[in-house]
Amino acid sequence: MSSTFEAIANIIAETCDIPRDSITPDSHAINDLGIDSLDFLDIAFAIDKAFGIKLPLEQWTQEVSDGKATTDQYFVLKNLAARIDELVAAKGA
Amino acid sequence: MRLEYFQLIDRIVDLNLADRRIRCEATVPSASTVFEGHFPGFPLMPGVLLIEAMAQTSGWLISAMNRFERMPFLASVKEAKLRTFVLPGHVLAIESKLVHEGSGYAVLDAKVRSSDKQVCDATITLRVMEFPNAELAGEMRKLAARVGLTPEMALNG
Repeated sequence: MSSTFEAIANIIAETCDIPRDSITPDSHAINDLGIDSLDFLDIAFAIDKAFGIKLPLEQWTQEVSDGKATTDQYFVLKNLAARIDELVAAKGA
Repeated sequence: MRLEYFQLIDRIVDLNLADRRIRCEATVPSASTVFEGHFPGFPLMPGVLLIEAMAQTSGWLISAMNRFERMPFLASVKEAKLRTFVLPGHVLAIESKLVHEGSGYAVLDAKVRSSDKQVCDATITLRVMEFPNAELAGEMRKLAARVGLTPEMALNG
């Protein structure tokens, strides 16, 4: 399991009071864990702080609205972890 | 402070875009129908309105940072502490500092002081969105001018 996934699972568990053991890499933040957009702002804030990045939430939302991406690409946690790793790598490049 | 219009801020005293902080002033009116109910015989500025004053101050900072091209909306209030009573006629100094600018949201630490005494403080989260219509964008610019936020201040801070 990636350390990034572990970090975001812990953030979600703490922020949304969701049992940690119910959060898996295949969990969809919205569909499976029931996280709403306001709670996701808190999660995004915690992720931004923890990783020193800025999750491009508006861009992702627009891509989903435009049909250019699915919510799975950004909100299934293993995919979210991969996106975060990409942002961290881009920051260090 | 125009309670009847829900306009809690009288004037912007200091705006520093480099430090991402703002300071506003507001005088609680000496009379208002609000005080007839809150409370009869013991008029107090409602705590929720003090929180709104912090939210509006925070909003002016975000509006200036976005050069009035986006609109902040209150999304959440955390760790709000109302530390002392505020009475009609009190002058308030309201400060807010940006903690984090995220994608489509901003987190700010805000506080209110009166007569050098800490009155209240909170962490404010604002959603930052496109204006829903041109009318609101225009009205916000007019309101900004009323509280002393000029286009030059928004550009230069």
